[in-house]
Amino acid sequence: MDFLLVQVLNSISYGLLLFMLASGLTLVFSLMGVLNFAHASFYMLGAYFAYQISRWIGFWPALVLAPLGVGALGMAVERFALRRAHRYGHVAELLFTFGLAYLIEEATHLVWGRSAVPYRVPPDLDGPLFSIMGTQYPMYRGFMMLVAVAMLVSIWLVLKKTRIGLVIQAALTHPQTVEALGHNVPRVFMLVFGGGVALAGLAGVIGGNAFITEPGMAAALGPIVFVIVVVGGMGSLGGAFIASLLIGFIQTFAVSLDWGLFGYNISQVAPVLPYLVMVLMLIVRPKGLMGTREG
Amino acid sequence: MEIRIKHAALAAALLLGASAAQAQLKIAYIDPLSGSFANVGEAGLKHFQAMAEEINAKGGINGQKVEIVGFDNKVSPQEALNQLKRVIDDGIRFITQGNSSAVAGALIEAVNRHNERNPGKEILYLNYAAVDPAFTNDKCSFWHFRFDANSDMKMEALTTWMAQNKNIRKVYLINQDYSFGQAVRKAAREMLNKKRPDIQIVGDDLHPLGKVTDFSPYVAKMKQAGADTVITGNWGQDMSLLIKAAKDAGLNADFYTYYAGGLGALPAMGESALGHVKQITEWHENVLPSSIEKWSQDFEKKYKVDFYYLRVRTAMQMFAEAARRAKSNDPKAVAYALEGLRFDTPTGEAEMRKQDHQLIQPLYLSTVQKTAAKGGPKEVKYDVEGTGFGFRTDAKLEASTSAQPTSCRMTRP
Amino acid sequence: MKLSLRMGSSLVWAVTAVLLVVAPWIFPGSFALTLLTQMGTLAIFALSYNMLLGQGGMLSFGHAVYSGLGAYVTVHALNLLGRGAFVTPLPLLPLLGGVAGLAFGVLFGYVTTKRAGTTFAMISLGIGEMVYACVLMFPGFFGGEAGISTNRTVGQPLLGLNFGPALQVYYLVAAWSFLCMLAMYALTGTPLGRMANAVRDNPERAEFIGYDTRKVRFLQLVLSAFFAGVSGALSCINFEIVGAENVSALRSGGVLLATFIGGIPFFFGPVLGAVIFILFVAALSGVTKAWLLYLGLFFCAMVLYAPGGVASLLLAQIGVIRAGKFGRLVVPYAAGAVACATALCGLIGIVESVYRLSDSTQGTAMRLAGLQLDAAQSAVWVGSSMLLVAGFVALRFAARFIGRRWTEVKAA
Repeated sequence: MDFLLVQVLNSISYGLLLFMLASGLTLVFSLMGVLNFAHASFYMLGAYFAYQISRWIGFWPALVLAPLGVGALGMAVERFALRRAHRYGHVAELLFTFGLAYLIEEATHLVWGRSAVPYRVPPDLDGPLFSIMGTQYPMYRGFMMLVAVAMLVSIWLVLKKTRIGLVIQAALTHPQTVEALGHNVPRVFMLVFGGGVALAGLAGVIGGNAFITEPGMAAALGPIVFVIVVVGGMGSLGGAFIASLLIGFIQTFAVSLDWGLFGYNISQVAPVLPYLVMVLMLIVRPKGLMGTREG
Repeated sequence: MEIRIKHAALAAALLLGASAAQAQLKIAYIDPLSGSFANVGEAGLKHFQAMAEEINAKGGINGQKVEIVGFDNKVSPQEALNQLKRVIDDGIRFITQGNSSAVAGALIEAVNRHNERNPGKEILYLNYAAVDPAFTNDKCSFWHFRFDANSDMKMEALTTWMAQNKNIRKVYLINQDYSFGQAVRKAAREMLNKKRPDIQIVGDDLHPLGKVTDFSPYVAKMKQAGADTVITGNWGQDMSLLIKAAKDAGLNADFYTYYAGGLGALPAMGESALGHVKQITEWHENVLPSSIEKWSQDFEKKYKVDFYYLRVRTAMQMFAEAARRAKSNDPKAVAYALEGLRFDTPTGEAEMRKQDHQLIQPLYLSTVQKTAAKGGPKEVKYDVEGTGFGFRTDAKLEASTSAQPTSCRMTRP
Repeated sequence: MKLSLRMGSSLVWAVTAVLLVVAPWIFPGSFALTLLTQMGTLAIFALSYNMLLGQGGMLSFGHAVYSGLGAYVTVHALNLLGRGAFVTPLPLLPLLGGVAGLAFGVLFGYVTTKRAGTTFAMISLGIGEMVYACVLMFPGFFGGEAGISTNRTVGQPLLGLNFGPALQVYYLVAAWSFLCMLAMYALTGTPLGRMANAVRDNPERAEFIGYDTRKVRFLQLVLSAFFAGVSGALSCINFEIVGAENVSALRSGGVLLATFIGGIPFFFGPVLGAVIFILFVAALSGVTKAWLLYLGLFFCAMVLYAPGGVASLLLAQIGVIRAGKFGRLVVPYAAGAVACATALCGLIGIVESVYRLSDSTQGTAMRLAGLQLDAAQSAVWVGSSMLLVAGFVALRFAARFIGRRWTEVKAA
């Protein structure tokens, strides 16, 4: 019973981390049609920035400053590069972000080296949250869930309760109409891209010390995030939320189950199951779970 | 020594200049020198360069100075084969490599084919870290010498030690799902079954290589199974993430690993590894007293990287000795002199077995502890990569403990 | 899709054939030979990829699946050949690889071509990841991480050629390259090829005139997979080993990069791209450790400023040359080249210094173009930055200069 509880909590915390990553990507994709290949790279940058800032100042300032830094970088990328690529079509934008991912990784190698950096959980958050029959549940995981939920709530508030949120919501489904109505859509794009990327950075700040901060972390989580955006549906934050939890549960529970199939354990394939789900979803329902647009 | 800079404009860099003075004994080091594994490759390169310097200071080998030339294989077997072509073009007759058994396998085959098709221009391959047992069993080759204990040998030593530890009752296996991880798992099961049939293997997991970020589900399984010991061949982030997840969940098990001391692992794991992560290696810096303590500290100061590969030192010294005995720097002659060679290393006598070209040397089981300076046990004098954590020897396993029978049927020229 | 040079296209083919034949004599050495062989193989692979992307409008992130699986089938066949299970001359093996690629194209294509656009791209990504994971999990067929090795000199020699020497392999690859280029070029002129273009440009309209877009995409993918399988088989013969890297995301990404750099809208673009890519990865990587950075920067620059690839830049000159007006462009181009070179020198200075400094253990001395420099000295940094800035500024002026001259030339 406690095993089940722990696994459920693990699923939820992992799923929420994935959601932090996927939410930014969904926003950017839905609004601009750009599937940002470098999204996970910004996640990585968030972790590295947080590491550096927490060395200079501390973890709590890093929690605020690192995502802002990543967001600023994202806005610069959008303003000076992505906008140019935009005229050549979606493929060109995609390819640019593809190249950008390589560049960010190389730059990270140069600045911080190729090994992992010792970005640690702050001592006040380190330790067990509670213990059930000998199994600890780390406090930091609880903190992760808290931040993710807070983030979800604030995105919801911004989108539903502010003017800019209204414009963004409209542009999510009808970007051309919004532009026709006279809103400065390029500026909205820039803000949304920066914001989406900042969310990834925030995920990096939280995830970097829960897991390992090293240059390969982008490549490890990157593809999964695409899966979530696709499965959840283009244009839907709610869909991304559900898909993140779904993937979190699938990955966690597939590991726990020791069902065999032709001599192969399902736990062996657990990390690859999300791709299977994605392919199935695309075949059966390309719009995704709650998507409003297709491709 | 940096990568050779060839002439010609970047756009037409196909024409390579012939290499310079032939009066040097060149050894090609084919390992990753760019990309994510560049730090591991660079570290190995420095070990070889340091040894080359030492040998040259004593006059070189048979009148020739040793030079190590780096070639970047980007951890790709096919790229390694490309680099081998450059090595052949440059007239270099000795190669060494260690990172990735996949690359090693490709190199062994390529070297065999080249030597077969080009008698008189043979190449010798010194393998310092690729541990797939096949290379000294059914894929053995006269032209290949391995200086690291292979994964079966390490498991033999591990399980022998574990067998006499009565506290070990429930073992959990977790490995990366590829040839190395599968080999570790298979060997662990067989050997434990033979030596301590009463030990229960309560879990056996294989996970895709480098794809798992969150190991907490696996750790939860370990907890549920009541494992008191975990055996894993994981390396890199797969290991660091596993150990971190184990600490987070409060798992009180001992981890027996191969690569806990690998470059970047301890800085990543930090405190999580303290006290219960062990490794099986031929050496660690707290194997003291030792005849090379000063040398290894000098090495660290000069090259800014820990002295990790004692086997590189052994390999180069045995290589030099074999060449001296053969009175020739020709690969075939050196190979004949090298097989069967016994050599005194700082940890004991090592023997390069004639039948399969596998080096048999003593091994050490050690655990991560704080350095003495930070309040840990007094034997832990030096730390790893400046982390404040170092290794303390649990046991020395003599060379004979790890030796394995071999299925090698070598054809000699 | 623009068919480059209708008139004189036979000239282009003749020149290509001659180049293929004499290349080993222009660039001797076994390293150069292996590079040329890889360029030939990658050219087929990139051309097959462009059948999907350039001609069909389908962006795929998992194309290496077809070439890799084709390679695996070939390597097993080669091993069976060696054991005498059947008799086939080696030069025909790539056909087997192609058929294997085709079979997998049918298998995977059935599900992937249901949709186009981003959906297709994502499915291809997912399938690529799954196949890669399977390759590691089933070592029986795939040989695990180490892969499967083989020996290409087995079997009966064909006309005295046993394909042991690298030169013979090169000519085998060159011959296949040429044949595949011809075949793929011919395909562009067939109704299928034309409809693929139509489906790329306006699927709705294609449906209106009665074509099933799905079927068109499916067939295009199947044929593309055939050629990818051929390239995989040739790679297997060249390296004599096939491993997980043949189906990796890196390989898929690499062919995408190569094709794009060469030029997607042009038939010969991918061939150019293959040459440039191999130079970057294999040759440049031997000269500097920063090769990945240079490749990334080059790629990003191409995306932003020349999305038609190198081919588009070259072909834009053809019209001008034909009109005899190229002379007017020489000076602006020279100015641009000088500006570019200056900026490049500055960039190289900075990048190499950064790499040298980041590798804290090598000392700070470095050799660049024959000059002995010290990366820690501020002189190097200041000099390089100045060169870079000057180069950029000059480039802006030169670009405007070139632009003005172009409009003049075009108007005249």
